[in-house]
Amino acid sequence: MSAPAHPYVPNAAPQVRDAMLRAIGVGSVEELYGTIPPELRLKRPLNLPAPFASEHELRRHVTGLLADTMPAGRTVSFLGAGTYQHDVPEICREVAHRAEFLTDYAGEPYEDHGRWQALFEYTSLMAELLEMDVVSIPTYDGFQAAATALRMSVRLTGRRVVLLPQVLNPRKRARLEAFLDGFAQVEQVPCDPATGTADLDALGQLLDKQVAGVYVETPNAVGAIETQLDAIAHLAHRQGAVLVAGTEPLALGYLTPPARQGADIVCGDLQALGLGLAFGGARGGFIAVHDEPQFVFELPTRLFGLAPTTHADEIGFADVAYERTSLARREEGVEWVGTAAALSGITAAVYLSLLGPDGLAELGEAVAALTAYTMDQLAAIPGVEVPFGAAPHWREFAVRYRAPVATVNRLLRHHGITGGSGPEEVPALGGNASLLAVTEVHSKADIDLLASALRGVMA
Amino acid sequence: MTRPADMRRLTGAAAVSAPRNYHAARWNEPLIFALDAPGQRGVIPPAAPVELRQRLADSTPPQAPWRRTDQPNLPRVAQPQVLRHFLRLSQEALGADLNVDIGQGTCTMKYSPKVHEALVAEPGLAEAHPLQPAETVQGLLRILSELEGYLAEITGMDAVCLQPGGGSLAIFTNVQMVQAYHRSRGDGDQRSEVITTAFSHPSNAAAARTAGYRVVTLPVGQKGYVTLDAFKEVLTARTAAILVTNPEDTGVFNPDMGRIVAATHAVGALAVYDQANANGLLGVTRAGDAGFDLGQLNLHKTFSTPHASGGPASGAILASRALAPFLPGPRVARDALGRFRWEPAGPLAVAPAHPAHGVMANVVRAYAWIRALGAEGLLQVSHTAVLNNNYVLAQLAKVDGVAPSFLRPGARPIEQVRYSWAELAAETGVTSAELGQRMADYGLHYWTSHHPYLVPEPATIEPTESYSKAELDEFVAALKLTAREARVNPKGIQAAPQRSSVHQIDPEAMSDPDTWATSWRAYRRKYLSQGEAVPEHWRPGPDTPKKPRPPKAFHR
Repeated sequence: MSAPAHPYVPNAAPQVRDAMLRAIGVGSVEELYGTIPPELRLKRPLNLPAPFASEHELRRHVTGLLADTMPAGRTVSFLGAGTYQHDVPEICREVAHRAEFLTDYAGEPYEDHGRWQALFEYTSLMAELLEMDVVSIPTYDGFQAAATALRMSVRLTGRRVVLLPQVLNPRKRARLEAFLDGFAQVEQVPCDPATGTADLDALGQLLDKQVAGVYVETPNAVGAIETQLDAIAHLAHRQGAVLVAGTEPLALGYLTPPARQGADIVCGDLQALGLGLAFGGARGGFIAVHDEPQFVFELPTRLFGLAPTTHADEIGFADVAYERTSLARREEGVEWVGTAAALSGITAAVYLSLLGPDGLAELGEAVAALTAYTMDQLAAIPGVEVPFGAAPHWREFAVRYRAPVATVNRLLRHHGITGGSGPEEVPALGGNASLLAVTEVHSKADIDLLASALRGVMA
Repeated sequence: MTRPADMRRLTGAAAVSAPRNYHAARWNEPLIFALDAPGQRGVIPPAAPVELRQRLADSTPPQAPWRRTDQPNLPRVAQPQVLRHFLRLSQEALGADLNVDIGQGTCTMKYSPKVHEALVAEPGLAEAHPLQPAETVQGLLRILSELEGYLAEITGMDAVCLQPGGGSLAIFTNVQMVQAYHRSRGDGDQRSEVITTAFSHPSNAAAARTAGYRVVTLPVGQKGYVTLDAFKEVLTARTAAILVTNPEDTGVFNPDMGRIVAATHAVGALAVYDQANANGLLGVTRAGDAGFDLGQLNLHKTFSTPHASGGPASGAILASRALAPFLPGPRVARDALGRFRWEPAGPLAVAPAHPAHGVMANVVRAYAWIRALGAEGLLQVSHTAVLNNNYVLAQLAKVDGVAPSFLRPGARPIEQVRYSWAELAAETGVTSAELGQRMADYGLHYWTSHHPYLVPEPATIEPTESYSKAELDEFVAALKLTAREARVNPKGIQAAPQRSSVHQIDPEAMSDPDTWATSWRAYRRKYLSQGEAVPEHWRPGPDTPKKPRPPKAFHR
């Protein structure tokens, strides 16, 4: 340790270090490592690039690398498939970057009262939106939320079959199947080829007293709205199965909340609620249930409750049924809980507070209107097919091109357009299928540009 | 009035470290719902043109059950009020940027450099989409690839995957890889047990159980670690893996670890290393050199990414060459021309651990942190974290009522110490949790420890490398004063906090289904009789398994 102290490491300054060593009663830091046997000690310096000597040089290097990208958000982009380009109000960024929240952790309700309140408000705002009284502190992402929700259905019913929809994000399917492996057998509910949503006759035939949970999504992985959710709930409940509904919270100013149509567990991702694109890394998962003990005791995450303090003019917060968690009971707890995505929850709370009921209703309608318009425009282009066009859609839809998607997208890029996903995102269609996402950030002119460019590409 | 010359706190080193006459922000801020005012709103989203909205209305069937006609019951609040509300809440929280955050042991509350926040705001990251063609995101893929390489070098492992959005998810993915490995050898059914240790993070035991394993938890003996002999007693042909932490959450390094790994391999099981406690070991000792097969690092602990009120975090999965094919895909790869590309998951790979490619902002931050420090800087980090820990230990040795656990004479702890306030509690009746309540009055965060409290009245102190000697002295001085207060006025401590944002909370109502209020909606239903009707939903039937409720437990 002969090097000068790095700015991040105050006590590496030799004078300070030596005074501390004297206080400890040893001659060198090396003596503090006496418990590590010599055969486990690394006897050479780590082979890493030399450090940047200044913050300026570090910033220049990393911003240089980040500049070596053409972010889709700076083009007219129609990429979605699980990560969507929505407007992020500046106040979301402001709050998410507050040092108090950003560098806080699993704090206690006293020195971190504000963190507890912000997270309680997150769950409360989501509870209103989802119309369910209990919402988890965020888990990692919507994949994990759905995975846990389905394991909850297995634990609740004691049954061993879970039904997944045919139309499902392929990575999500892999994650769900892996999480259910050894606990439930997975069967697939075919979709209605006209809509991409559940085929109710097939569902009715698959449902029996062995089925623990039925998973549906609305809007689903091709953007189709499940218009018969109430009928699905009826079918599931008649056989004693739990209905797990994946949904997009941002759509719920426009769509009827799944709980109102009979969903028992509602789950999804927070990405659209003010988190931004961030290469798909800004997410959080939510799981919501009705306030009944059998549901609540199956939630693995922490839950914050509104608790009194010794002063009547104050509100305090406390864990709800902490004994559920692995933090309280290790492997006897429900699944596990660890650091996941709390700040995503706080950011989502800010977002929902900003939009309010009017904003959410207007945004939901705008996205639906732009989506419908885009589908109509594209369906009219020779060489472009909109396979599930019979269903109402929200934000996303599948197309099938006459030419390979990669070729089409390469040509679209000449028009400043980032096209939709590759066919691997839509295994239900395969071939030359692509998913295109349209949000409130798109203008009618953007869509007209896409339509005219595609017309040219297909000609 | 004090004379200017007598403003003592400005002068002298002693005053710098004296406990503060702190008072937290106390805004008594109501819930956001109380700010509801009809007609107000915080933002106007971009609208669709009228003609497109009309087209939509014309094509939507009237009274379609899926189309809501009412509005969600969200508060209506104007923009300045939303900002003010959440800023006030932020002021009622103490992040590591504000307090000497060493009282949250096992969590490595170190400095998260601010320059990283400028980097992650760059459009090259902030506006990038995960499905963009690889040729348009070469810079991001380079960062991913190079960070994987740095972490491989730091740990001596062969391959790294940065997908998991947290350490526990990385542990679970490790367990899935263990499962996939044994199945690939036709050994999956026989290998039904996972062995872990009592002071490993609860997620090791819990993730293994979630994957279906029987969990064997070895107690930590008087030495503060589990010996080779203790492992040998339970290692059998049924063992799938050991999931171990070293140093344990006791801060004691297990010198048997190389031999424990060898014994694990001898029965055909895998050795998995939870490296959440790596902060004292960078450049000192490596998982790969001890023979580990798998492991995980928490970027939000050792590698400086902010803890973010509890995530988004990042867990890096570490694998040996033999286990690398089981890593989730896609994997970042490089072609002959030096261009980065995505390589699809191979046939042995476990399911993806993230919907996209991981928490890329944390990948960029960890990358920048390593590039700022280099090999010598990382060594300085670890040396100083260990120095600071041993310094705090020496200072707390002078405080009555507290004792370190598991420290044999001459055996120094690595990066943290599990202390016990049992003596003080016996003498005064004041618990470790109550000391923590009082520490909030001094502007300091103090946690007890993970459950179960195997060490009575526990506190885990992890000083990391980020705090100055004066700050460490301040924390010790505040603890010392708090312990003295416990002797002089135990009731006063038990009534703390007095200078926090709120006073003592009664968690009891939150432990009972009839009274808990998990949301404002639940509170309205239970306490204000304002509940909306609960829609028809699943109800337990006669065949539904009935489970006894576990005994109540509280956070502390």
